[in-house]
Amino acid sequence: MTDDLTSLTIQDATRLLRLGSISSADLVTAHVERIERVDPRVKAYLRLTQDLWETQADEADRKIRRGDAGPLAGIPIAIKDVLCVRGVETTAGSQILRGFRPPYTGTAVSRLFEAGAVMLGVTNCDEFAMGSSTENSGYFPTHNPWDLERVPGGSSGGSAAAVASGEAIIALGTDTGGSIRQPAALCGVVGMKPTYGRVSRYGLIAFASSLDQIGPFARSVDDAALTLSLMAGYDPLDSTSSDRAAMEVLNNYGAGVKGMRLGVPREYYDVAGIEPGVKAAIDAALFILQKQGAEIVDVSLPHTDYGLAAYYIIAPAECSSNLARFDGVRYGLSEVDAPNITAEYSRTRRKGFGTEVRRRVMLGTYALSSGYYDAYYLKAQKVRTLIKRDFDAAFEKCDAVVSATSPTVAFPIGSKTQDPLSMYLCDVLTLGGNLAGLPGISVPCGTSDGLPVGLQVLGPQWGENVVFRVARAYEEASEMKAGVATPGPSPRRGEG
Amino acid sequence: MADWETVIGMEVHVQPKTRSKMFCGCSVADVNEPPNTHVCEICLGLPGTLPAINRAAVEACIKTALALRCEIPRHTKFDRKNYMYPDLPKGYQISQYDLPMSVNGLLEVDGRKVRIRRVHLEEDTGKLVHAGDKLHKAWESYVDLNRAGVPLMEIVSEPDLRSADEARDYAIELRTVLRAIGASEADMEKGQLRAEPNVSIRRAGTDALGVKTELKNINSFRALHRAILYEVDRQQKLLETGGTVVQETRGWSEDEERTFSQRSKEFAEDYRYFPEPDLPPLELDRAWIEGLRAALPELPAIRRARLVSQHGLTAGQAAIISADRDLADLYETAVMQGAPPLPTANWIVNEVAPTGKLLDPAYLAELMTMLQAKDITRDQAREAYFESVETGRTPAEIVAEHGYRQVSDESELRVIAEAVIDANPKAVADYRNGKTQALNALLNELRKKAPQANPKVARELLLKLLS
Repeated sequence: MTDDLTSLTIQDATRLLRLGSISSADLVTAHVERIERVDPRVKAYLRLTQDLWETQADEADRKIRRGDAGPLAGIPIAIKDVLCVRGVETTAGSQILRGFRPPYTGTAVSRLFEAGAVMLGVTNCDEFAMGSSTENSGYFPTHNPWDLERVPGGSSGGSAAAVASGEAIIALGTDTGGSIRQPAALCGVVGMKPTYGRVSRYGLIAFASSLDQIGPFARSVDDAALTLSLMAGYDPLDSTSSDRAAMEVLNNYGAGVKGMRLGVPREYYDVAGIEPGVKAAIDAALFILQKQGAEIVDVSLPHTDYGLAAYYIIAPAECSSNLARFDGVRYGLSEVDAPNITAEYSRTRRKGFGTEVRRRVMLGTYALSSGYYDAYYLKAQKVRTLIKRDFDAAFEKCDAVVSATSPTVAFPIGSKTQDPLSMYLCDVLTLGGNLAGLPGISVPCGTSDGLPVGLQVLGPQWGENVVFRVARAYEEASEMKAGVATPGPSPRRGEG
Repeated sequence: MADWETVIGMEVHVQPKTRSKMFCGCSVADVNEPPNTHVCEICLGLPGTLPAINRAAVEACIKTALALRCEIPRHTKFDRKNYMYPDLPKGYQISQYDLPMSVNGLLEVDGRKVRIRRVHLEEDTGKLVHAGDKLHKAWESYVDLNRAGVPLMEIVSEPDLRSADEARDYAIELRTVLRAIGASEADMEKGQLRAEPNVSIRRAGTDALGVKTELKNINSFRALHRAILYEVDRQQKLLETGGTVVQETRGWSEDEERTFSQRSKEFAEDYRYFPEPDLPPLELDRAWIEGLRAALPELPAIRRARLVSQHGLTAGQAAIISADRDLADLYETAVMQGAPPLPTANWIVNEVAPTGKLLDPAYLAELMTMLQAKDITRDQAREAYFESVETGRTPAEIVAEHGYRQVSDESELRVIAEAVIDANPKAVADYRNGKTQALNALLNELRKKAPQANPKVARELLLKLLS
């Protein structure tokens, strides 16, 4: 019985809750039992928030009985460790913030709380969201629920794994270069990155401010769309948030793909290192979409090759500045036993930051330095403009762009940690969407070698509804629902 | 000595008059409020927080820029100035780098045209309090972030000033303008106006700029003047003895009356400026700017010139009256309501400016007319003025009630004058021994006994009685 309750969608759960067949407390209990059973192996959660789930589930049950429950009343949610929740230890996956309890809750999270969501806990991620495997966590790696010896992707690997293993119905992640879509693909769930400015970043511990967006993980496109619609919309506390109506993300998204033109960028389709199994799954998906009445058109994103380089200038540059505040003076780790303030800074940051964070802070500091700024940061911004134009041109020929989310399926833990460049290549198909600020989704599209493959749909700016529309049509036609994995020993797979 | 020329450019930081901080809703603390009582998660730089621009600060900056005849470019943006210091909670200061709010202005000071390079907006830092008397001896330092995030306008001039006097007068004129347009209270003692002169010297007749030093820790106009004089003298002695000036920041020590090296620019920090990604570029509404321009009051320099040319005031009177918008408004309104210009200007300079007590302009006009007509004495007018300020009753009522009048008839004053002479034999003897000043003592005694006495008539009467 309890396992049944941990593979529900929001819609399923809401129906049971409103009928009175279960209470929010039942739903929470089922999830907590599931977490106790599988999380010692998956390690999706960094911390559980019992105080919160108890009060929030109570509140949800009261409201459901009174008949004034919000759209997410009683729905268990997992929150990535970069989103501030009042009184809940929030560390961005880093030792430097160990013990930090924000005195405030960020906008997106508080909107979901207002809609009735029940927080189960804080999920693991790469430190300051820098990584594609969750191996850069300052605490421990998270394991892919479909194969515990493999990574769940990253940086929001904990959130993706939690939804994939029945440890939460929905989860929040953040996506700076693919950190929602890529783990969603590797864990076989739906992951959505909204248009830059769609969701307030207030309360999101910044990695790269001009690229970061908060988005949902879910088991269905409907759930992702509903969750996004509840946290979107203008926030006076984030000047980069848009005043466009939040509900427009749902406009006409159930209309199907008949008559739509879907662009396949040849630079994405034939990207270096794409696994044959992934390509085959995408071909099958394109066939299904075509059968539903979509026209598949060839498009080009000619500056794709420069995107990765530009991304790895801009993101580190911004992070070098964003992370300057972690100096040990006001909160978090503090190595005060130093001869002077400079030594105090160095010791605190050397001890508190992991290798990848230090690497990016140094890269970014260098890229912004006097004498190098024009050659690196300014040049990268120009490339960013070219990439935006690539997409503008593509969207003149098509309504949405489709591709694989990740060139590969989940890779073995430890296989890329010694080679940062190979890790950076995980984001080659996703980071263009961040550089251009576009909405994108990853939906499950079959498996390769027994591991989930994700189909990415990118839309024009503010075109979340277009993205949902394509993703939902595919989901419906393919009957490719996000499965729930029951992690066990690593399954044996054939040789090819 | 005359073969050196002083060259000064000014960087002035001004705190605009706003209720809240630059990027959050915290109220701006007064000086000496308990530390860290005006802070929130945003100005503390807590993880996850973001800045939001204070519109009132932008408005004050644009008004200042317009008053300084600056151009307001179509696009402006904020940038991050990156450096780590415990008083800087985010590890960067939000400032403006290559697209400031305004450029290319002008401020005229006593006929010298001082070009304004730019006026931009930024945020203030917090403040460190060291336990122990000096930083290098401190065993503990405390951080007070009340000031962190307080808005600041930075007004940068070109190196167009040529002496300590000019630099001081420039700063005073700037304060006058800022107060007149209501952009800032610009109180130096409260840190609302901080002047940092960049000082260099060069051989007279040459064009190349010498190596400059930037002076900090200046807390008054007097200190500004003295710091520059000291610095010019120091640089001159250095250069005349074969030394060189090092480009650096120097602090002014009020106690020691000297400047001392704080930070050499040879090891200048690389601030790694880049556009603030948390704040989209601003495109200010032109109609809004034009509205602000139209609503600007008459600027002090223009008003000052008009008071001289149209009202015949002396330059000194005009300067004092136009420096304060309230005084200038009182003067002009009273004159419009019939007050005689020169006596009224004189009255405002001597009686109103030092006390700051403002009377209703119509009442002032009434009082000045009585004074002008010699119906009352100046002493009586003063009594009536302050009583009217206190009670709100009209000067005419007060004069009537006290029976104030001016007596010019010698015969009415003779008895009192004789009594004064009888009662002050020493002053009389002094006067007769050639100490003419003793007459004033007698006159004062007489006016005490007879405030209604016309001073001129009284003086002549005393002279006559003593001769």
